[in-house]
Amino acid sequence: MDTEILSRIQFAFTVSFHYIYPPLSIGLGLILVIMEGLYLKTGNKVYEDMTRFWIKIFALIFGLGVATGIIMEFEFGTNWAAYSRYVGDIFGSALAAEGIFAFALESGFLGILLFGWNRVSSKVHFFSTLMVFLGSMFSAVWIVVANSWQQTPSGYHIVGEGLNARAEITDFWTMVFNPSSMDRLIHVWIGAFLAGAFLVMSVNAYYILRNRHLSIAKPSFRIALVVAVISSILQLVAGHKSADGVARNQPAKLAALEGHYDSSAAADMYLFGWVDQQEQKTKGIKIPGGLSFLLHQDVTTPVTGLTAFKKEDRPSQVNAVFQFYHIMVAIGMFMIALTLYASWQWKKGRLFQQRWLLHVFAWSVLLPQIANQAGWFAAEMGRQPWVVYGLLRTSDALSASVKAEQVLISLILFTLVYATLFVLFLYLLNKKVKHGPEEHEHTSDAENSGYSTRENPLMKTK
Amino acid sequence: MLFGLDYSTWWFLVLGAVISGYAILDGFDLGAGALHLFLKKENSRRIALNAIGPVWDGNEVWLVIAGGALFAGFPVAYAAVFSAFYLPAMIFLIGLIWRAVAIEFRSKEPGKTWRLTWDIIYSAACIIVTLSLGLMLGNIAMGLPLNEQKEFTGSTWSFFNPFSIMVAFTTLALFMMHGAIYLAMKTENRLYTKLTLLARNFTVFFLLSFAITTVYTLLYIPHLSDKLKSSPTYFIFPVIMFLAIANIPRQLNKGNYRFAFISSAVTIAALLITVAIEVYPNLLYASNNPANSITITNASSSLKTMKTLLLIAAIGTPLVGIYTSFVFWTFKGKVKLDEMSY
Ligand code: HDD
Ligand code: HEM
Ligand code: HEM
Repeated sequence: MDTEILSRIQFAFTVSFHYIYPPLSIGLGLILVIMEGLYLKTGNKVYEDMTRFWIKIFALIFGLGVATGIIMEFEFGTNWAAYSRYVGDIFGSALAAEGIFAFALESGFLGILLFGWNRVSSKVHFFSTLMVFLGSMFSAVWIVVANSWQQTPSGYHIVGEGLNARAEITDFWTMVFNPSSMDRLIHVWIGAFLAGAFLVMSVNAYYILRNRHLSIAKPSFRIALVVAVISSILQLVAGHKSADGVARNQPAKLAALEGHYDSSAAADMYLFGWVDQQEQKTKGIKIPGGLSFLLHQDVTTPVTGLTAFKKEDRPSQVNAVFQFYHIMVAIGMFMIALTLYASWQWKKGRLFQQRWLLHVFAWSVLLPQIANQAGWFAAEMGRQPWVVYGLLRTSDALSASVKAEQVLISLILFTLVYATLFVLFLYLLNKKVKHGPEEHEHTSDAENSGYSTRENPLMKTK
Repeated sequence: MLFGLDYSTWWFLVLGAVISGYAILDGFDLGAGALHLFLKKENSRRIALNAIGPVWDGNEVWLVIAGGALFAGFPVAYAAVFSAFYLPAMIFLIGLIWRAVAIEFRSKEPGKTWRLTWDIIYSAACIIVTLSLGLMLGNIAMGLPLNEQKEFTGSTWSFFNPFSIMVAFTTLALFMMHGAIYLAMKTENRLYTKLTLLARNFTVFFLLSFAITTVYTLLYIPHLSDKLKSSPTYFIFPVIMFLAIANIPRQLNKGNYRFAFISSAVTIAALLITVAIEVYPNLLYASNNPANSITITNASSSLKTMKTLLLIAAIGTPLVGIYTSFVFWTFKGKVKLDEMSY
């Protein structure tokens, strides 16, 4: 295998592994803010117990997010030196801004969030939780902006030629608000909320099934369900906006997402399907003219297809792009149905009585994870063969001084290290979940229950 | 031009400040980790971990900022340095991964073997991270063979030259000294006494390795000392450094661990400033042909980006300063273990 394919595999592998954790941190961050906010408002111990339990899980997830993120920061330089020179002017500022505005905020206050429970007042602690959450939201901003710029470059000009060509910023804000960044940022944020909410629902569904920690599990589940139902519906809207943008800015990608070849024909929308790249045909269950309708509100308008592009300008893995995209959309639809049904049952007061539903929820943590990964794979593989869309080819982006053996060694190392980490992560997560939250409902006297001597609203009212 | 300096020089200064910030802040975390196994009792190890617990992640962010600052301001240098140091950089990064997860995982199980395993991984990771950092630093100071495209043309084995190995061990000694002093500042009683002893030994270790490296540099790597030789005013920084080092044992004897810590921080900063003076205006000296060197001018981003970056730094740095101080202030004083601790 050559350096290019190995570097691509390594990048995809390390960033996908990283992307297991940040969405969970962002989503859990939101839920922690809600839980701790409720605690601060009501002084109810149930909220305190759930907050403290999820802080512990948060710490574990956050740790892995940080550990795996550091790799990403330097991998551009190690494996994609030509790319780094090409985009440094633009990309670098986003990364620098991310470090100073987002990560510093996040990891600074993290110390207080994790260790400060007994050291600072409850208001300061809540403030720290809020800052950690905001910091994690900002981390997503800059990195998604940078990635969106390479999908839909704008606010730049090219200087130099051949090997020395590079992009330079002409307008910072046009670069930041490039045509796809806002749509994609919102889509990524909501994807993260879903990841967090479904983790919380899944753990609590498991407790309810086992009849454990009911006084904490039920309210926690409801909080997460509210987040999940709103986010699922909004995600459809955000995803649709993204698709609209892709149609305008990256027509070859859109054609790959829907497996559409013939430019002179109206485009169908597939529920399931299979792209035959040899025959240049897609087979499956479809809504005829569906894509044309979504884009042009008319089932007969033709949509640009893959045949409009030279072979070397199209994504090489059309079927993979198609499948990843359809997996994401199918999961999105399923989550809408699931959360709406659950909310309806809640309204009828039967939410926790249907064991099959709780069983579905117990496994549901995988849904947003798969959808998030599939979404990135579709977006990134659909961008090929360009690393910067229309400007720089992936094959021209490599580090000239790095040899295939070196990448192979590092790839093997990463595989071993990440496999070990993942096993340990699941083991510890499972253990924490099995152990469950500490409950302190028995006495009303905080001191006697061996509870923290924290200055909290509950004790003040006594 | 801004106050008489051009933008790329300004960014060189910012980058230098961020790297010094990283070395000073994460330096004590890494040093504390490197000496972790010198502490024998479970309780001592827990105290040592909790001394850095709330702050190490924030400290590590300085590395992320430094990476971003280099990428943004000098993309050519970022590309050349990290692709040249491909394998050492990967070892460095994988070391950082293990450091992070060891701190996080260790406390999650009470078992003796579990904890001992993570203690060893933790300490080994910190040592490897420090050594590889020092090794890369040594090679950067010395220069690398570069072609006209500013790409590295040497081999990975060439990194293991005597000078860089010396720099690697000097860095380790420096961080261990710094870490021991930090821990002394955060501990009491017998553990405190033990740490002051360690701090003193590491100071000696550092002085020795530093002296050897300096002599070697003067003899064999002339381009790393010609500026100091040509302009005596620059001697102020090495002098500050020696005064700061000399001050460390004095403060330790008096029990002023806080001043000892400040002195070792000053040592690190003065050392890096001395190196920066020698390197400037190169970022990466081409040892085969100085004309191919990567300098702050031929590696820099556009003027527009430079301006944007300085603005980002001007807004961001005070903010980071404020909440970093707030966090350090919240956890000031001796470590007390409670149920939220590691
Ligand atoms: C700001 C930049 C950026 C960001 C935020 C992401 N990526 Fe990316 N990705 C790249 C920048 C990039 C890249 C450097 O541009 C790569 C390397 C090679 C290439 O063609 O693009 C790439 C390739 C790449 C590939 C390989 C595509 C192929 O070779 O066919 C996959 C599967 C992903 N990425 C997946 C992800 C995931 C799961 C992300 C979620 C965090 C992600 N990317 C975020
Ligand atoms: C290739 C792209 C990426 C790079 C270079 C990168 C870089 C990093 C780095 C260096 C860290 C550690 C910061 C620290 O030490 O505290 C980190 C953590 C984090 N990253 Fe990424 N990252 C990438 C992709 C993403 C994406 C797409 C998101 C957003 C959705 C994201 C969100 C986060 C968050 C929230 C954290 C904090 C740790 C956590 O929450 O688990 N990152 N990342
Ligand atoms: C419900 C219907 C959905 C639609 C129509 C949709 C649409 C899209 C489109 C068109 C893209 C490509 C954007 C681009 O390349 O610029 C995309 C990417 C993505 N999707 Fe979705 N999506 C849906 C649901 C979901 C769900 C439920 C999740 C996760 C929980 C998700 C997570 C992602 C992610 C992480 C990306 C990659 C980042 C990006 O490019 O924005 N999507 N989606």
